[in-house]
Amino acid sequence: MPSGRGSLILGLVIVVGALFVLSAVAMAQSGAEKAMSVEYRDIPGLGSRNIIWVIAQQHLLLAGFVLGVPIFAWVCELVGWKTKDPRYDKLAKEFTKLLTSAYATTALFGGILLFLLIGFYPKLMAYLTDIFFPSFIVYCILFLLETATLYLYWYGWDAMQGNKKGFHLVLGFLLNIFAFFIMIVPNAWATFQASPVVIAEGTAIEKAWAATWNPTWWPVNIHRLIANVVLGGFICGAYAGIRYLLAGSREEREHYDWMGYVGNFIGVFGMLPLPFAGYWLMREIYQYNQQMGITLMGGFLAWLFILQAMLIGVLFLGANYYFWMGITHRIPGAEHQYRKPILAMLIVLMVCLGVWMTPHSLVASLEEARKMGGTHHPLLGVFGVMSAKMTVSNLMILVTFMSFIMYWRAGKQETATWARLAKAVMGALLILAGIAVIILGVWGYFVPAIIRINYFSVAQVLIVLFIMLTFTPLTALLMKSAKTTAEMIWGQMPVRAGYCLVSNAVMVILLMSLMGYARSSSRVHWHIYGVMRDTSEYAYSPALGYAAAFMSLNTFVFCLLVAFIFWVATMGDKGKHEPGKPISRSEPVDVPGGMAPAMAGGAPRVHER
Amino acid sequence: MKGPLATAAVILVGMYVVLKFVLPLFTAPLPASLIYLYLALTLSAILIFYTISGESLNAFMGPITRFLTGEGQVGMARTARMLVLILFPLLVGWQTYTRLVPSDQPPVENRTIHPAPPGEFVGLSNPYPKTPENIAVGKGLYAAFCSPCHGANFDGKGPASVGFNPPPANFRDPGTIAQLQESYLFWRIKKGGVGLPVEAMPWRSAMPRWEFELSDEWIWKIIMGEYDGAGQSPRTWEEEE
Repeated sequence: MPSGRGSLILGLVIVVGALFVLSAVAMAQSGAEKAMSVEYRDIPGLGSRNIIWVIAQQHLLLAGFVLGVPIFAWVCELVGWKTKDPRYDKLAKEFTKLLTSAYATTALFGGILLFLLIGFYPKLMAYLTDIFFPSFIVYCILFLLETATLYLYWYGWDAMQGNKKGFHLVLGFLLNIFAFFIMIVPNAWATFQASPVVIAEGTAIEKAWAATWNPTWWPVNIHRLIANVVLGGFICGAYAGIRYLLAGSREEREHYDWMGYVGNFIGVFGMLPLPFAGYWLMREIYQYNQQMGITLMGGFLAWLFILQAMLIGVLFLGANYYFWMGITHRIPGAEHQYRKPILAMLIVLMVCLGVWMTPHSLVASLEEARKMGGTHHPLLGVFGVMSAKMTVSNLMILVTFMSFIMYWRAGKQETATWARLAKAVMGALLILAGIAVIILGVWGYFVPAIIRINYFSVAQVLIVLFIMLTFTPLTALLMKSAKTTAEMIWGQMPVRAGYCLVSNAVMVILLMSLMGYARSSSRVHWHIYGVMRDTSEYAYSPALGYAAAFMSLNTFVFCLLVAFIFWVATMGDKGKHEPGKPISRSEPVDVPGGMAPAMAGGAPRVHER
Repeated sequence: MKGPLATAAVILVGMYVVLKFVLPLFTAPLPASLIYLYLALTLSAILIFYTISGESLNAFMGPITRFLTGEGQVGMARTARMLVLILFPLLVGWQTYTRLVPSDQPPVENRTIHPAPPGEFVGLSNPYPKTPENIAVGKGLYAAFCSPCHGANFDGKGPASVGFNPPPANFRDPGTIAQLQESYLFWRIKKGGVGLPVEAMPWRSAMPRWEFELSDEWIWKIIMGEYDGAGQSPRTWEEEE
C-alpha cells in the first residue's frame, strides 16, 4: 500500500513540524512579545474567519471519521475473532484501509489550521499557548503514539493472523485509547473558549488542568465520541453504497450490499444515544451561562435547531428506509408480511418529525400572526417547546430501534417454547414505554422546568434505554434457536438503496457542519467567552443565510475530499481480490446466534443459493 | 380511480383541506409556512412508502410514466394529458409570479421572540423572599401596571390587548415565562421593547420601558406575582425546597 505508507510518513512530518512550531511559540519569549503587538492578520477578499471556518470544519470532519472508524473496525475484528467468521476480519481491514488513507489528510488539515491560527490570531494563540502549553506537549506525544500504533495495526494486519491475532487486537485497542485522548485534549481547547475556567495562581500544569476541566468539556467529549461513530459508520456506508452502484459482478454487489448494511447499522446504533448526549450538552451550556443558552435555544441561533430537526429527521427516515428496503428486497416474500408494520412505523415517524420541526415562533405574515394572536399558534404552539421535542425524539429512537428488531426477525420462525410469551411481553413493554414517554412529555408542561429537565426527560431516556437493553438480548436469545424460513439474499437491493446510504452520510456531514457553527457562534463576539473579546473586523455573527451557504460549501468540499481519498485508497484494488473480495460462495460459514448475526444483517449464515 | 397514485392524491388533498379549512373551525388558522411543512412531510411519507419495494414502486410510478410518455392514450385521455401538460407549467409560473411580484405587504417574519439578555442581567436572582406578602404586593402592582395589557387572568387578554399586534404575552402559556429565568423577566420589564437587542429585529414590541416608573423592588415583586398568578414556575437550576 504505497499510498497509505506515504500518507503516514506525511502525517509524521506534519506532527514533527507542528511540534517545532509550538515549541518555538512557547520558548521564544521575545518573539512572543513582538507577536503580541499584532492582534490579527487577514487575507483581504477571502477573510481570515472564512478561511478558518472552512479549514477547521474540514479538519474536524476528517478527525471525526478518523477517530470514529477505529472503534467499529476494532469491534468488527473482535467479532470476527470470536465467531471465527473471516467476513468480519475482511470488513474490519477494509474499514481500516479507509482510515489510513484519511489519517494523513486529517493531520495535513490540522497542520494547516494551526499555521493559519497562529498567523491570523497571534494574540489569541499566544494566550491559549500560555494556558495550555503542557497539554500541547501531551497532544504531540499522543499523536506520535497514535501514528505508530496505526502503522503497526494496518501494516501488521496480515502478518498478525492466527496465534498473533490477540496482539493485533491489543494494538487496535491501544489505537482507540490514543484516539480517544487525541480527541479530548483539543476538545479542552475548544470548550475552554466557550466556558473558560481561569485560575490566577498555580503552576502551568495546574492552570492547564483547571482550564481543561471546564463545564462543557465532558459533555462535548461524549457527544463527539458518539457523533464520530455515527459519522464513520454512515461514511463507510456511503462508500459501500457507491461501490455497490459501481459493482461489476454479483460477488461485488453482495459484498458491498453487506458492507452498506453494516455501515448503516453502525450509524444507526450510534445515532440512537446521540440525542441524549446532545441534550446533556445543551443543558450544561444553558446552566453554565443563561445568555449563551438563550442565544442557542431561544435567540437568533434557535432557527438552526429547526434545521437540525429536519436533518435528523431525514437521517432517521433514511436509516429506517434502508432497513425497510432490506426487508422487502433481501428477504423473499417479506414485503406483504411487513407492509402494515412498516406503514405504522412510518406514520409515527412522520408525526414525530412534524412535531419536532414545528417552531415555537412560527414564520408568519403580519396578517397570519394577527389571526393567530401572535407568532405562537394557540394549539400547535405547544409543539415548540422542549417537552414536545424530547418526547418525539425518544419515540423516533424507539421506532428506529424496532425497525432494526423487525429486520433482525424477518425471514425467521422462532422455535423456542417461550417465544410466544416473550413476544407478548415485548409487545406490552413497547406499548407501555410509548405511553409512558408521551405521558411524561405532556406532564412536562405542568411542572417547573427543573423538574422536567432533571426527572422527566431523564426518565424518558431511561425508558427508551430499558427497552433497547431488554429487547436486544431477548431477541438474540429468540433468534439463536429460530429457524430460517426465507433466506436472506445479498446484492438484491435496488439502486436507490445505494443513494440512500450516500444521502445518510451527506445528512450527517451537514448536521455536524450546522451544529459546529451553532456551538462556535454561541460565543458571539468573544474569542474566549467573558475573557478575551473579539476586536477584529469579524466580531459579528454572520447572517443565517450566509452561514448556511458556508455549511453547504463545507459539506460539498468534504464530500469531494473523501471521494478523492477513497478513490486513491482503492486504486490499488483493481485486479486484486483483497480486501474487497467476498468469501467464496463455496465456503458457507456457520455463525453462532446472538448479536453477531444482527450486525451481519440478521443472516444466520452465508447462504448458498 | 384506484391504485396507489390515486390514494396518494386523496391523502395529500385531504391533508390540505384539514389543515387549511377544517382546523380553523376549532382553532386559529395555520400560517402558510406550517401548512407547506406538513404537506411536504406527507408527500415524503407517501414517496417513502411506495418506493420501499419494487412492486409498490411500479404500481405507484406506472401511471405517472404512462401519462408522461403518452403510451396508449387516445381520445379524451390524450386531450386531458395535453391540458395537464399545458396547465401545470402555467400553474407553477403563476405561483412563482405571485410569490415574487412586488407588494405592499410586509415580508414574512421570523422574529426572535426570546433574544439573549445583555450580560448585566445574566445570573441575577430575585433578592426578595417568596412570601405570601411579597406575592400579594406583586399581584397588586401587576394589577395596576401590567393587567391592562397582559390581563387580570395573566392570559394576555387585558382590555388594551386588542390594540396590539403582536398581542401581549400570555403568561399562562407554558411556552412563555415558564421557559425563562426571573432575571430575564427583570430585563424585559425594566428595559421594555426599546431595550431589545439587534437580534430581536424588527423590534415589534410595545412593552413600555418601566425602569423610570417602577423601582427594582417593585419589578422583582411583580415577577413573583406574575408567576404565581399564571400558575407557572421560573426556570431555575436548583429545585425549590
